[in-house]
Amino acid sequence: MTLIGWFQILLYCAIVVALVKPLGWYMTRVFSGERTFMSPILRPVETALYRVGGVDEKREQHWLTYTVAMLLFHVGGFLIIYGLMRLQALLPLNPAEQSAVAPDLSFNTAISFLTNTNWQNYGGESTLSYLTQMVGLTHQNFLSAATGIALAVAMIRGFSRSSMRTIGNFWVDVVRCTLYVLLPICIVYTLFLVWQGMPQNLGAYVEATTLEGAKQTIAVGPVASQVAIKMLGTNGGGFFNANAAHPFENPTALSNFVQMISIFALGAALTNVFGRMVGNQRQGWAILAVMGVLFIAGVAVTYWAEANGTATLNALGLTGGNMEGKEVRFGIVASSLFAVITTAASCGAVNAMHDSFTALGGMIPLINMQLGEIIVGGVGAGLYGMLLFVVLAIFVAGLMVGRTPEYVGKKIEAREVKMAMLAILVLPLMYLGWTAVAVVLPSAVASMANAGPHGFSEVLYAFTSATGNNGSAFGGLTGNTFFYNLTLASSMFVGRFFMIVPAMALAGSLAAKKSIPPSAGTLPTTGGLFVGLVVGVILIIGGLTFFPALALGPIVEHLAMNANTLF
Amino acid sequence: MLREIRPAILILLLLTAITGLAYPLAMTAIAGAIFPKQAQGSLIEKDGKIIGSALIGQEFKGDKYFHGRPSATSAPDPADTTKTVSAPYNAANSGGSNLGPTSRAMADRIKEDVEKLKAENPSAPVPVDLVTTSASGLDPNISPEGALFQVPRVAKARNLPEARVRQLVTEHIQGRMAGLLGEISVNVLALNLALDEAAK
Repeated sequence: MTLIGWFQILLYCAIVVALVKPLGWYMTRVFSGERTFMSPILRPVETALYRVGGVDEKREQHWLTYTVAMLLFHVGGFLIIYGLMRLQALLPLNPAEQSAVAPDLSFNTAISFLTNTNWQNYGGESTLSYLTQMVGLTHQNFLSAATGIALAVAMIRGFSRSSMRTIGNFWVDVVRCTLYVLLPICIVYTLFLVWQGMPQNLGAYVEATTLEGAKQTIAVGPVASQVAIKMLGTNGGGFFNANAAHPFENPTALSNFVQMISIFALGAALTNVFGRMVGNQRQGWAILAVMGVLFIAGVAVTYWAEANGTATLNALGLTGGNMEGKEVRFGIVASSLFAVITTAASCGAVNAMHDSFTALGGMIPLINMQLGEIIVGGVGAGLYGMLLFVVLAIFVAGLMVGRTPEYVGKKIEAREVKMAMLAILVLPLMYLGWTAVAVVLPSAVASMANAGPHGFSEVLYAFTSATGNNGSAFGGLTGNTFFYNLTLASSMFVGRFFMIVPAMALAGSLAAKKSIPPSAGTLPTTGGLFVGLVVGVILIIGGLTFFPALALGPIVEHLAMNANTLF
Repeated sequence: MLREIRPAILILLLLTAITGLAYPLAMTAIAGAIFPKQAQGSLIEKDGKIIGSALIGQEFKGDKYFHGRPSATSAPDPADTTKTVSAPYNAANSGGSNLGPTSRAMADRIKEDVEKLKAENPSAPVPVDLVTTSASGLDPNISPEGALFQVPRVAKARNLPEARVRQLVTEHIQGRMAGLLGEISVNVLALNLALDEAAK
């Protein structure tokens, strides 16, 4: 670890925190339906969309209608991606002449982009046409991000409203999010990325003759426009197979730094939107503090582990840390930081190969995802995931002092706690369940690239990443098989929607309650005690659920590595 | 609930048109106009022929050139397309080795490479980036230590004084961005192009 390394980490945190208030202010205006400086240009587009779509923007929806609208929207999105992948050979904008994608891989990829997971069983430059990348993937990157933010805002309305049956209008939230938040930022962002060296063209792959006379085919394409939303929307599905490690998908140290900021920017700002909408910004800062504590702890462990290198490298006298699977322009610190950010948020883009991380360095990304990606988290998903844990923490605190728990003026009762538990328990059921199935199926075991405990980690990581809708991978695992395509798709689906539906039910039931003013017996939810309490509940629930699985994977691997055991 | 079906179809299609077609196509046009070189992939031409991209590493095997990092990229086996064969710096199929810290295969590979490099230049410690594969398999850079390590071999193969080659390397060291972000590195292709120029 170096001083300049830590300085980069601190600078990163400072910039993310500095963006929270302005972005939070702007997004609050957008979702409250107020005018913004973009309105003169965008308002006509917005009203035209409502007119054609038959949406009455004044009419709000019950939580159930809101959820059904969201699900219907996704059915269409699924059909578009699946259709494009199956038919891409017959469609235009396919200069590399990619053939139709197999049904199981198309199914997996469609679910993957729908659920904001963006798991890459596909190879990007070797599988997909430009049309599929643009209309299938770029567009779904926008929509799954907008959906996540819309759901978080609906959940916030549950807390902020009093005695109301509705939690907003899904169509209005999605349209406003796409037009006013995502699209303008992405336009500026794309140009920045191209300036840094990212390709943006529709030409054929370039044939080059290298200095030594060999042939090199260089894949290009409309990269920057997709990468902008991929990072901002915490989607993470790469244009290229190597994702943000590919020099075209992340050309410089500066592009890397800005990409890391854009992963956290909207998710962190949503805590401020929460604070503003419930009438006390400090409520938002308290939640961000919980996230910050867990984040810094993760960064410290991963950075330390990667800088220390592996037993193999150290035995040969190779200093400079674990550079296997990392790029020289990012080095140890920017690779470690990126790995923790991308798994804390449900982004899943990678600028280094997590599979080649040290055992402990790779365990932190795994833990981040297993905690439910609530450390900032995916745009929207992180906030509503964190609020579920808050509900639980408040409930535990209420039990301890013997009072009915309340949070931002809402009584937390049996129904809310049940919904929160349901959403939290469904995740480990998926990733532990499917991992258990996979390790006893010989055909699934054959997909592992590494032997020993690391192979187990690969499988556990895959199902954790899919269930958490992250999309990063221990990439050695051959995921493009019938078994993994279907089981991973089911994890992604359950991990997304079986969390959303209880969360929305909770929002609906909260919105219907009366707001009560705080009394002398109310636990203050803006101070250090509350932050400590939530961190504790997260670590206890998380630790109890997945510690045994971690012991079989990264922990035993770390011990084996220190004993100089190779597999 | 039935009234949600119409927006589910029409809003979806309209947003698809905006974000999936209008946005990427407009960005392609604008980016191509403002940053034409980057938008095409930062391609380098020499004598009218494209020799590569400034951002994408390429394979160098001969003693006369500086070598990049080991690359784990592969390509479909021409004999059997269900299998893959090693194809370093395949810029149409990026990827890393994905070998973990307790992998015997990786330990053997690194040990072998270290021995080769030690034989080539016994006087300096082996830099870690020269024996580890990059994440993309297309890393265009090596560390300054990685470049300086290769100076004796390159100078000998080109009949140039070591000091001259070392000076070229020093000229091609790129610092951290604003002195802070990223790592200090050397672009291998740029260095080798300069080397060819110097040898003329």
